[in-house]
Amino acid sequence: MEHQPPPFFRTGPSPLARLFMFTIVSLALLGADARLKYLDTVRQVASVITYPLQRIANAPFNIFDRASEFFVTQGSLKEENARLGQTNLAQSAQLQQLTSLQAENDHLRKLLGTRDRLSSRTSFAEVLYAARDPFSRKIVIDKGSQHEIEPGQPVIDGAGVVGQVTRVYPWLAEVTLITDKGHLVPVLNTRNGLRGVLGGTGSDGALELKFVPLNADFANGDQLVTSGIDGVYPAGLPVAEIVNVERNAAFLFARILCKPLAGVSNHKQVLVVHAEQNVPERPPEEAKKAPPAKKGRRGAG
Amino acid sequence: MDVVARHEILLPVKPAFIVATFIAAALLNMMPWSGWAGWLRPDFVALVVLYWVIEQPLRVGFTAAFTLGLLMDVAEGALLGQHALSYTILAYAGIALNRRVRRFSLGSQIAHVIPLLLVNDLIVLGVRMLAGADFPGYPYFLGSFVGGALWPLLSVLLKLPQRPRRDPDHV
Repeated sequence: MEHQPPPFFRTGPSPLARLFMFTIVSLALLGADARLKYLDTVRQVASVITYPLQRIANAPFNIFDRASEFFVTQGSLKEENARLGQTNLAQSAQLQQLTSLQAENDHLRKLLGTRDRLSSRTSFAEVLYAARDPFSRKIVIDKGSQHEIEPGQPVIDGAGVVGQVTRVYPWLAEVTLITDKGHLVPVLNTRNGLRGVLGGTGSDGALELKFVPLNADFANGDQLVTSGIDGVYPAGLPVAEIVNVERNAAFLFARILCKPLAGVSNHKQVLVVHAEQNVPERPPEEAKKAPPAKKGRRGAG
Repeated sequence: MDVVARHEILLPVKPAFIVATFIAAALLNMMPWSGWAGWLRPDFVALVVLYWVIEQPLRVGFTAAFTLGLLMDVAEGALLGQHALSYTILAYAGIALNRRVRRFSLGSQIAHVIPLLLVNDLIVLGVRMLAGADFPGYPYFLGSFVGGALWPLLSVLLKLPQRPRRDPDHV
């Protein structure tokens, strides 16, 4: 008969064995998430647990915000109202021109036989908080797949592009900001139509125009708008302004620093663009070429 | 520092209380910290996990640490498994050191807690840098020092429900 410790002393595998077990599971999860992106269902399930907690954690701050809004003085309200009235007037003048320009543009495009520009609708979302991961620039908004938010949709504010929806939960969505390292936006210089790729640097308020040859015509103060050739961002949204151009002959490319136009890290409300993209369809997958049928080599592969 | 007399015999801890402290720590972590507060924010969940594996290694162990890690990963939008890994290793360190740490006074326990929290940070940092992120700067480590400074307070607070009620008839 085998010797068994009495149940009082039984504690299962040793701590070291457990450490190895859990470490291997975590490493497997990390690999599956970082390289293979398999774990979206796990995230969706876990987010159902964390969602109420997140709302509760944010509640006191929301209540404080509401309460401080309640105590606004009449003077500041009047001032804001006057300012808004002015901008509204200026913008409605532009809007009147816009309708006639749009009609003209549609007409010209029809004459040229090009595709129509996309028509898009937007939905309003509130920023819940900036994600606490110090390694990336993300915000979390209060709309999710229940509100037809999908990964890839651009997010804008009143002044320009803020970022792009990258992960969607049932009632929340994560937006990667354009300042995130590794986030790219294809842009167009409004002054001369030169195209470029704008990448985040990982720090607030700084973007970098990548892979621009030394002699390209980019100057301080140039406005960059989305070019729309990626099929993600609709064309013509303002993104950034060039603040510093550094041309050093020692490097292959010019170093062009830009400042985002949108208040990328300090807004409360944003718009998610449900872009109905007018992108030409993908060409059908090429039929796999049959291997050259040589006699005697069949089935050798 | 001797708010809780060290020779006091504590009542057994209620499992519901442990769960409640984990929820409270997760809530603190999920608050919208921003700017410098974000850098100074200690990882409350790591701190509470460390506290319970040191005080109650038979009740709180790897499973709790791992599960909480996964939840924090989802809540932070981080790589799935980075906190699970770091909390697992933290739990191991806590279980391995619990008899030693408990013999020190609360003030000297800080000297044990800060290095453990720093190791926790370093694991997360290593994982993210392997996955291609940039070094976020040295303020990243500040949270662990704040966490260490909060340790005595946390210890006293979490022991309150376990302290024996004073018998009014006792002389």
